[in-house]
Amino acid sequence: MPAAGRRGGRTTSQLVKLICAVALAIAVVVLFAGALEVAFAQGSPFGGPRPQAAPPPPTSGVLGWIFAKQAEFYRQFSGLIKAAKADGSAAWSLFGLAFLYGVFHAAGPGHGKAVISSYLVANEETWRRGIVLSFASALLQALVAVAIVGIAAALLNATASTMKGAVDVIETASYGLIILIGLRLLWVKGRAFISAARNLHRPAALGAAVTPADHDHAHHHHHAHHDHGHDHHHHDHDHDHHDHSHHDHAHDDHASAWGHAHAPEPEELAGPGGWRRGLSAVIAVGARPCSGAIIVLVFALAQGLFWAGVVATFVMGIGTAITVAAIATIAVGAKAWAKRFADSRSGYGMLAMRGIEVCASLVIIAFGTLLLAGYMVSERLVGM
Amino acid sequence: MIDRLFCCTLAAVGSLLLTVAAASAHPHVWVTMHSELIYAPDGTVTGVHHAWTFDDMFSVFATQGIESKKKGEFTREELAPLAEVNVTSLKEYDFFTYAKANGKALEFKEPPGGYFLEFDPKETVLTLHFTLPLKTPVKAKDLVLDIYDREFFVDFSFAEKDPAKLVGAPAQCKLTIKRPEEMSAALSQQLSQLGPDQRDPSLTIGAEYANRIMVKCP
Repeated sequence: MPAAGRRGGRTTSQLVKLICAVALAIAVVVLFAGALEVAFAQGSPFGGPRPQAAPPPPTSGVLGWIFAKQAEFYRQFSGLIKAAKADGSAAWSLFGLAFLYGVFHAAGPGHGKAVISSYLVANEETWRRGIVLSFASALLQALVAVAIVGIAAALLNATASTMKGAVDVIETASYGLIILIGLRLLWVKGRAFISAARNLHRPAALGAAVTPADHDHAHHHHHAHHDHGHDHHHHDHDHDHHDHSHHDHAHDDHASAWGHAHAPEPEELAGPGGWRRGLSAVIAVGARPCSGAIIVLVFALAQGLFWAGVVATFVMGIGTAITVAAIATIAVGAKAWAKRFADSRSGYGMLAMRGIEVCASLVIIAFGTLLLAGYMVSERLVGM
Repeated sequence: MIDRLFCCTLAAVGSLLLTVAAASAHPHVWVTMHSELIYAPDGTVTGVHHAWTFDDMFSVFATQGIESKKKGEFTREELAPLAEVNVTSLKEYDFFTYAKANGKALEFKEPPGGYFLEFDPKETVLTLHFTLPLKTPVKAKDLVLDIYDREFFVDFSFAEKDPAKLVGAPAQCKLTIKRPEEMSAALSQQLSQLGPDQRDPSLTIGAEYANRIMVKCP
């Protein structure tokens, strides 16, 4: 189709500009989340308990202020826990402080802002789901902290380094899970991207990418079945055949899950099974407990006020969730904005959206890898 | 065209990664310190003795599960294994102590022993005592000792009272200390221009936030 080809050629530079603009918009949002994390490396020295030391410009002023606040709140925990022991009403101040600490602290590393935001962007999620995922992961994080201290410290009287060991195992597993989620998204979104790119040149063959894939699949299956028959004795055959059909069934499910990649309307992703997928993100982000919460819990336990520490930890989680949900909502909003912009340019817009999703998947993989490799050692517990 | 698209996304991902790689810790440990510079009779500096008091929450956390005869109290002996873990882990961080004599960096040896932890049951705080000997004792007209964590996981500050002392130093030597908040206005301006997503790649800026001990001898 010469007409379509010419149209494609004329709009190529426009497309590149569009994609750059859209990628930039997403990068800005994700970088915003990342910058907040970095702010703590920067903010600590001149922030902390001496905010008057630095009179910086607005941006780092705000970030420095956030840092100063969270350090200030954290340092008040021990005093308030001790006070609550003498006077029960001080517990209310403790919970209020825990909430504020959570709100401010979530801006720091280790609370999955970037992973959740990227996940939402890559996965075509709604802002509502973003909020639910943020709260679920923050509350899971609180629950894990309470469980670790409750079981290890309160019941088993384990040492700090034993608890650290437990946290390390959970950390490694959750970082691994983050990488797996990223890889899975990359696989799905990468294929969607390629199919969107192919469709640019063959506008008529919208479903083309689906058909050859299915065909390959079926062919492969057939082939495997054929081999299978050859490799086994006759009396085993029936049994094997039975097994095989089970396998077949599982495989079909698998294929349909991946099949989402080819869905022209990404909204279909929010269908049944979407929540199950969200759960993996919640676990990946929420399984790793916050070391600040663990220290507060151990301190409360030593003061004989474990219950107050537990309530404070959950209140802290709610505060954390609010910040993470706000950042996630910004990310989803940015994508929605980009999408509106992109949709007006049909096939190219689709390609741009898939490109953003591939990019977000890469971000998740990168985060997981960096975390796993220890480049983002955000919180050392007993490294002293 | 797809190549260019990938360039765009890769650029975005790349810049994000740089940001992330720079991301670091925020303090979970606060240390209040008393430091002493030790001099030999011949006037050379032989090392530094630190007494670092950890904040109460970290102290309670670190002593969690350690067996003690008396509940809520720990003797030096009971804390000995923890003291050893502390000193061993501190090696990795150069004991957060950096010294220069007449402008040249000095090297420290590991503490030969004699380190211990003390627990104050009233304040529920731990204090780590240890001595860092210099590899080679030096005679220094101009000695500078910085104590800081370049990753800012540990927030160091001098004690209000008796932050630093000279032990056995020649009488004419003069000691001054500089707390991080006494940073020059010019430097804070320079840092504020660095931007929130940047970090000094040479990691020397942290040094400007160091707690600094300066000794001038004639």
